[in-house]
Amino acid sequence: MSQLPDVKGHFGPYGGRYVPETLVKACEELTAAYRKIKRDKKFHEELRYYLESYAGRPTALYEAKNLSAKFGRGRIFLKREDLLHTGAHKINSTLAQGLLAKRLGKTRLVAETGAGQHGVATATAACVFGLKCVVYMGAVDIERQALNVYKMKLLGAEVRPVHSGSKTLKDATNEAIRDWVTNVEDTHYLLGSVVGPHPYPEMVREFQSVIGKETRRQIVKQAGRLPNYLIACVGGGSNSMGFFHPFLKDRSVRIVGIEAAGEGVSTPHHAASITKGRPGILHGMKSYLLQDKNGQVLLAHSISAGLDYPSVGPEHAYLKDSGRVSYYAVTDGDALKGFEVLTKLEGIMPALEPSHALGYLPKLMPKTKKNDIVIVCISGRGDKDIHTVQQYL
Amino acid sequence: MKNLLSEKIKQAKRQKRKLFCVFLTLGYPSIAATERLILSSAAAGVDILELGFPFSDPLADGPTIQFSSQQALKKNVSIKDAFDVVTRLRKKGCKLPIVFFGYINPVFSYGTKAFARDARSAGLDGLIIPDLPPEEETEFQSECRKQKLHFVQLVAPTTADPRAKMLVGKSQGFVYYVSLRGVTGTRKALPADLKAHLLKLKRMTTKPVLAGFGISTPEQARDISRMADGVIVGSAVIEHLKRGVSAAERFIQKMSQAVHGV
Repeated sequence: MSQLPDVKGHFGPYGGRYVPETLVKACEELTAAYRKIKRDKKFHEELRYYLESYAGRPTALYEAKNLSAKFGRGRIFLKREDLLHTGAHKINSTLAQGLLAKRLGKTRLVAETGAGQHGVATATAACVFGLKCVVYMGAVDIERQALNVYKMKLLGAEVRPVHSGSKTLKDATNEAIRDWVTNVEDTHYLLGSVVGPHPYPEMVREFQSVIGKETRRQIVKQAGRLPNYLIACVGGGSNSMGFFHPFLKDRSVRIVGIEAAGEGVSTPHHAASITKGRPGILHGMKSYLLQDKNGQVLLAHSISAGLDYPSVGPEHAYLKDSGRVSYYAVTDGDALKGFEVLTKLEGIMPALEPSHALGYLPKLMPKTKKNDIVIVCISGRGDKDIHTVQQYL
Repeated sequence: MKNLLSEKIKQAKRQKRKLFCVFLTLGYPSIAATERLILSSAAAGVDILELGFPFSDPLADGPTIQFSSQQALKKNVSIKDAFDVVTRLRKKGCKLPIVFFGYINPVFSYGTKAFARDARSAGLDGLIIPDLPPEEETEFQSECRKQKLHFVQLVAPTTADPRAKMLVGKSQGFVYYVSLRGVTGTRKALPADLKAHLLKLKRMTTKPVLAGFGISTPEQARDISRMADGVIVGSAVIEHLKRGVSAAERFIQKMSQAVHGV
């Protein structure tokens, strides 16, 4: 399973590289550079330095005893990506891609952002590595994530509002790709998730797999064995893919991905592309896609801007079909409950994205046994969402 | 059924005629207007028509075609509408070669095999899928070959030479040269390296090389027709179309004269 994708970036029938010809060269160059650094000790030493000394890795694996006690069944652990510099797992990949962009001789980064976490993490990497930075963000998201917009500006990035389509992450991605097509010679497109054309799904997974690798070491040290369950939220799917991947071969570990059900998967207002979508092609990849009968992409909806995306990484699509990972959808309301419970019981305010994973615990925990170990990936912290939460709770 | 695009290209070669290709968004401002514009394009001496199929996420397109696509999508334009328009035009005796231009997802959603078959039987002569390189959906591409639906490949300024050779080799009908780094849309000036790229491509193939992206004035069309075998104009047509069908018709006529006057 770790051999996927194939050389052309296919995960079974998914993935690939569906890009305009202008971008083929950039994708090929990036693939070649990525292959090279994969075996380059110096690159990894440098990256490790930044991840440890700058971003704050390794992140803690915390046994949430109060939360576990609430359910009275298995033991719940939290992988604390929320403790990272800039507040989410996104920095793992932006530091790595920033270093890679420098190696490619690029002077400018463009990125799309939904919740703004990836935008902030990209602007931060641009600061550290002395690169120019332009972040595309849907006008709707700019409104609901004002704090992150201001942070990006303070960091010296230019935030360009996107008014086309649904004015959210999907359209910000279109606009970032259009910028990349125009400025491809000096610009690296710093994609934030395990989506897009090859090599992004593989590359971002590898840069994020530090989450799963650490978790594996930590749980073996703390509990003396592998977990029974892993749970993470899935929008594009970068925190979950990085968290899951090092465990895929451990058949005893049950892996669960949680999509955003928005107002419910039986309504049109959700972002559950795996649960409700069918295979399609968007943003350079084939994967599950929310689309109408004519193949037009539907608008996604989620209370959390970071999950508000109508497709999902192609490897998730593959893992869904193969049955290795189970995917469920959690509503806005249940995510808010997840937020509230973790805040009250553990003093940890999670972002609304991982709150979806927490929102699944009331379904999962009653099925667990006393000694079962459940690890939830807390991909980011909730500061950016306090304003949203305030409107509901 | 004869492939009108092949016929047209043979004829243009014999007559040393430059090819003028017009892009329209199906359903903008209405399906009836698109039909009327195709007929008047044929009368104005347009050589090839690119029938643009609207997509919700046209990532190779600039603001103009994004706009026309969004407007057309409000009318729920479907692939079947595209085929119906072409069927009707062919029944009316329209001999203008028509090439389908659209993103891969609506085609994939329709079913690639069925698409190739139905497109050809409707009377389409070729297709251009800007987000489908020859490495993907290879079965679809060979199905198109089987149906004699010409698969036009795009070459970009960033395309390396060995790949350009591969693409012009695979391209059927003509070769679409993307004249600039960026998305579709009108530009004041075209890149300085355009001529060198066109000459290089023309040395690689005997197929006509048409330049598109950014061409918006009769002067630009004339200049580029001197270097290329023809030009493709899209966003500039749509810009005129915003002011009305007759404004677009007058513009198409002017552009056609500019190209064919060379």
